[in-house]
Amino acid sequence: MTDWIDIGALAEIPVRGARVVKTRAGCVAVFRTAEDEVFALDDRCPHKGGPLSDGIVHGASVTCPLHNWVIALTDGKAQGADEGMVATYPARVEGGRVLIDAALLRADRAA
Amino acid sequence: MTQKLVVIGAGMASGRVLEHLFEEAPGAFEVTLFNAEPRGNYNRIMLSPVLSGEKTYEEIVTHDDAWYAEHGVACRFGEPVLGVDRARKVVVTEKGETPYDKLLIGTGSAPFIIPVPGKDLPGVITYRDLDDTNAMIEAAAQPGAQAVVIGGGLLGLEAAAGLRLRGMEVTVLHLMPHLMERQLDPAAGYLLRKELEDRGISIRCKANTHEIVGDGKVEAVRLDDGTEIPADIVVMAVGIRPDKRIAEAAGLASGRGIHVDDAMVTSDPDILAVGECVEHRGACYGLVAPLYDMARVAARTLAGDAAAYAGSVTSTKLKVTGVDLFSAGDFAEGEDREEIVLRDAARNVYKRLVIRDDRIIGVVMYGDTADGNWFFGQMKDGADISAMRETLIFGPAYAGGTPLDPMAAVAALPDDAEICGCNGVCKKQIVTAIDGGATTLEAVRGRTKASGSCGTCTGLVEQLLAVTLGDAFEMPAAKPVCACTDLTHEDVRRLIKARELKSMPAVMQECGWKTSCGCHVCRPALNYYLLADWPDEYADDPQSRFINERRHANIQKDGTFSVVPRMFGGITTPSELRAIADAAEKYAVPTVKVTGGQRIDLLGVKREDLPAIWADLTEAGMVSGHAYAKGLRTVKTCVGTDHCRFGTQDSTGLGIAIEKRMWGSWTPHKVKMAVSGCPRNCAEATCKDVGVICVDSGFEIGVAGAAGMDVKATELLAKSPDADETIEIICAFVQLYRENAKYLDRPYKWVAKVGLDWVRARVVDDLESRAALVARFDHSQRVFQKDPWAERADPGTRKAYRPIADLTLEAAE
Ligand code: SRM
Ligand SMILES: Cc1cc2nc3c(=O)[nH]c(=O)nc-3n(C[C@H](O)[C@H](O)[C@H](O)COP(=O)(O)OP(=O)(O)OC[C@H]3O[C@@H](n4cnc5c(N)ncnc54)[C@H](O)[C@@H]3O)c2cc1C
Ligand code: SF4
Ligand code: FES
Repeated sequence: MTDWIDIGALAEIPVRGARVVKTRAGCVAVFRTAEDEVFALDDRCPHKGGPLSDGIVHGASVTCPLHNWVIALTDGKAQGADEGMVATYPARVEGGRVLIDAALLRADRAA
Repeated sequence: MTQKLVVIGAGMASGRVLEHLFEEAPGAFEVTLFNAEPRGNYNRIMLSPVLSGEKTYEEIVTHDDAWYAEHGVACRFGEPVLGVDRARKVVVTEKGETPYDKLLIGTGSAPFIIPVPGKDLPGVITYRDLDDTNAMIEAAAQPGAQAVVIGGGLLGLEAAAGLRLRGMEVTVLHLMPHLMERQLDPAAGYLLRKELEDRGISIRCKANTHEIVGDGKVEAVRLDDGTEIPADIVVMAVGIRPDKRIAEAAGLASGRGIHVDDAMVTSDPDILAVGECVEHRGACYGLVAPLYDMARVAARTLAGDAAAYAGSVTSTKLKVTGVDLFSAGDFAEGEDREEIVLRDAARNVYKRLVIRDDRIIGVVMYGDTADGNWFFGQMKDGADISAMRETLIFGPAYAGGTPLDPMAAVAALPDDAEICGCNGVCKKQIVTAIDGGATTLEAVRGRTKASGSCGTCTGLVEQLLAVTLGDAFEMPAAKPVCACTDLTHEDVRRLIKARELKSMPAVMQECGWKTSCGCHVCRPALNYYLLADWPDEYADDPQSRFINERRHANIQKDGTFSVVPRMFGGITTPSELRAIADAAEKYAVPTVKVTGGQRIDLLGVKREDLPAIWADLTEAGMVSGHAYAKGLRTVKTCVGTDHCRFGTQDSTGLGIAIEKRMWGSWTPHKVKMAVSGCPRNCAEATCKDVGVICVDSGFEIGVAGAAGMDVKATELLAKSPDADETIEIICAFVQLYRENAKYLDRPYKWVAKVGLDWVRARVVDDLESRAALVARFDHSQRVFQKDPWAERADPGTRKAYRPIADLTLEAAE
C-alpha cells in the first residue's frame, strides 16, 4: 500500500520544469512534463551528482545541467551510451495537487 | 551459383571488402560474419571523438542492422572464431562449425601490453574498441579521478586528450625523448608537447614504467627512477600487433602478420586476409588508408577479377580538436638530404620538408597543416620540385608571395591531388562526382567515401563543392540542428522569418519536429531565434534555457551558483565594493574572485540565497553582470586619457557608454568587448568579439577576434573619428550578428562564414542599412534591457528558488 503525502499545487511546478522536495534522505526533484505528468527522482545525477531539477525537461526526460546526460523520468535510467540510474519514487497528481509516496519521510538514508 | 563466404572479424577492412563485393558481385556470396565484439562494423577511428564526448557511438556506426539485413549477411556478433579446419573447410566457434567455400580473415590487431608487474590489475585498460572507450569514460566520471597513459603515440595522446576533456588529471608516460617520435621530428614534438601541457596534461618523456602498483586494483604507476604517479586507471597504448593467432593455428604462412600476395590471398588459395592482421611484401599497416586499398583488391579477387595491391605510402594526422599536425614519409636527417624549414613562433607554426635529389621524401607540419595533402601528393608522385624550390614551403597557394584565399588554393590544386588520405580519394574523383550530381557533402561522401573516415578533410571537400558549384552550394555544412529535425540552423532561422513563426509550438509544427517538445539542444536555439526575431511578440521561455540563463547565475560543479554584478567598463566605487563585501559576508560566500573580465565574482552561493543576495546588490545600485548569458558580457577598458600618459582618447568613457547601451542584449553566443586607449592595447581589445583601439585620429573598430578555444586577432571593420559613430557601428554589427548567426557561433565563426566584406557593406558602407540595424537593436533593448536580478527580488518569484516542500521538518514532528 502506498500512503501519499501532498507536497504542493501542480501549478507551483513550471511546465517542463521541476521543484525540489527536501527529505531526510536528501533532495528529491519533482518534475512536471508538458503533458502535466509528474515524476519524482533523487535530485542527483548518476554522473557527478548534478542537480537534475535544474536541467531541461523534454518529453519524459531531463538533461542534466552539468554535462548533458539525459535521464529518463519514468525509470531513472541514463539514456544513450551513458550508464547509470537514479532512484525514482511514486508520484501523482490529484485535483491539482502533487502527491508523493510518504515512505520518503521515513527513509533514513544519510542525507 | 552462390558460394558461402565466411568472414572472421567485422572490422573496418572486412566491412569495406563487403561493401565493394555487394556492389561488384551482388548475390554471388552468402555471407556469414563473425565478430568477437558484440556489435558490427563501426568507424573505429572515431572512438577518440566518442571518448572526448564530441560524438556518440550511434554516430560512428558504419553498418547497422538494416544494412546487414539488406545484404543478407548472417551476423554472428559476440561469437569469436576459435579455429579454422582447412581440410574440412569449416570455422569453429563455441556454438559449432560453419562451412565455407571462401574465407576472409580480418581480425585486425591486438594492443601490445608491456610485461610489467601489475599489468593484469583491474583498471589497466587498452585502447582498441568501444568497450575500452566506455571503460575510460566511466573512470573519468569519478570526481577527481586520475589517469596515467603509457605511450605518447597517436593512440595514447588521443586517449589523454579525451580523458582530459572529460575532466581527469592525466599524465602521459613516454619512453622516447619526444612525443610521436615515429611521426614527428623533435621540433614538432616540442610544439605538440607544449600544446598538450597547456591543456593541463602532464607529460613525462624518457619515462620507463617499472611496475603498476595496487591492491586488488590499479593505484599508481612506478617508474624506473622510483617516482610513483597515482592512478585510478592506466591506459596502455604502446603499440599494436597483427592478430594472426587464428591463421597461425590453422597453419597459414605468417611472419609479423598473415602473409598475403598481391591479390590478398594467403598461402591457402581459398583464404584471403585483409587489414591490420596481414603482412604484405614485408609491411604491416596500422592506418585505414592502406586497408581500404587492400579491401578493394580483396573484393575483386573474390569476385573473380584480377587485381593487385602494391603497398601504400601513409601519412598521419592526430585527431585532437585544436591540434593540427601532419606527417608523412622519411624525415630523418642525413648527408644526402636537404631541408626547408619555416617557423612562425608567434603562431606556433612549424613546417619542414625533407628533400633528396630534388624530390620531397618527408613532410612534418605543425600548427598549419592546410598544405599537407598537397605536399604529400608531390611526395608520392616523386615530383621534381627544383623549379618551385624558392616558394615551395609556402605551399600551392603562394603565387609571387601573396597568399590566396583558401578557395583559390583549392581551385589551384592539380586534379590528382589527394584530398582524402584515409580513402585515397583525389580531387578529380570528387569533382567528377560533383559534376555527376553529388551536390552535397553527404552525397560526395556516399559516392567517393571522401571525408567518411577520420573526417579531417571535410572542409576541403566542402571547398571543392563550393568551387565546383559556385553559388549553387551553400557553404556551411548542412548539419541538422539535432535529432528532432532534419533542418539546419540556417533553414530554421529562415523559416521563422519567412513564415512568421512566433512561438515554439508553431516552429515545431510548421517545421515538422519529430519529437513532442524538442530537446536540450534545439529548444535553447529556438528560444533565442524567436526572441531575437520577434522581441515584441515572443514570450521568453525560461524552461528552454540552460540553467545558467534560467537562474541568472552560473551553476557550479556542486550545484551552487556564482554571482557577478556588472562593473561598467571595469570601474567601481568604494560603496559598490562595500556592498559586495557585505553581501559576501552576509551570505557566507566561500570564494570572492576577481574575474578575467574586470569585475568580481562571488562563488558558491546557495540556490535559495540567490534572490536575497541579488536584492542586496540591487539596492546598492548594481545590476546583473550576465556572466552566465549568451549575451553581452563585459566591456573591458584601460585607464585611457584620464590617467595614462599615452592615452589618445577616453577609452574608459567609451567602454562604459558601450556597456550601458548594450547590456542585457541576448546574442547567439556570448559577446565580449574591450576598448584600449592606444595601440599598446592594455585592455586586450584585439582578441575580443569587438575591440576598439583608440588612436590620435579616432577609433579603430576590430571585430571577430577570439581568445577562448581558438585564439585569433580581430579584423579591422572600420575607422571612425567619432565616438558616437563608433558606438553606432558596434550596435549595427551586433544586431547583424543577432539576426543572422547560428546559435552558439561566436562572432568570429559567423564572420568567417559570411565574410567580413559582407558585414562591412551592411554596417559601415550602407548608412541606411546601418541606421535600420541600430534602430532594431535599440527596439529590442527596450524589451530586454531589464535587470533580471531586480525582477526576481520580489517574494513571489523568490519562491521558485526554494524547495516546494521540506519534509525533513514534518518528519521530525
Ligand atoms: C569567472 C571566469 C573565470 C575567472 O575566474 O576569471 C569565467 C568562468 C567561466 N567561463 Fe570563461 N570565464 C571568465 C573569463 C573568460 C575569458 C576571458 C575574458 O572574458 O576576458 C575567456 C576567453 C575569451 C572568450 O570569451 O572566448 C573565457 C572563455 C570561456 C569559454 C570559451 C569560449 C569560446 O568561444 O572559445 C567558455 C565555454 C563557452 O562559453 O562555451 C567559458 C565558460 C565559462 C564558464 C561559464 C563555464 C560554465 O559553463 O560553467 C565558467 C563559469 C565558472 C563558474 O564556476 O562560475 N569561458 N572565459 C571569467 C568571467 C569573466 C566575467 O567577468 O564575465
Ligand atoms: C582509438 C583509435 C584511433 C585510430 N585513429 C586512426 C586514425 O586517425 N587514422 C587511421 O588511419 N587509423 C586510425 N586507427 C587505426 C584503425 O582503426 C585501424 O587501422 C583499423 O580499424 C583496422 O581495421 P581492421 O579491419 O584490420 O581491424 P579492426 O577494425 O580492428 O577489426 C577487427 C575485428 O575483428 C574482430 N576479431 C578479432 N579476432 C576475432 C576472432 N577470432 N573472431 C571473430 N572476430 C575477431 C575484432 O573484435 C574486431 O572487431 C585508430 C585506431 C584506434 C583504436
Ligand atoms: S573557469 Fe573557465 S578556464 Fe576555468 S575551469 Fe571553468 S571553464 Fe575552464
Ligand atoms: S553530473 Fe549530470 S551529467 Fe555530469
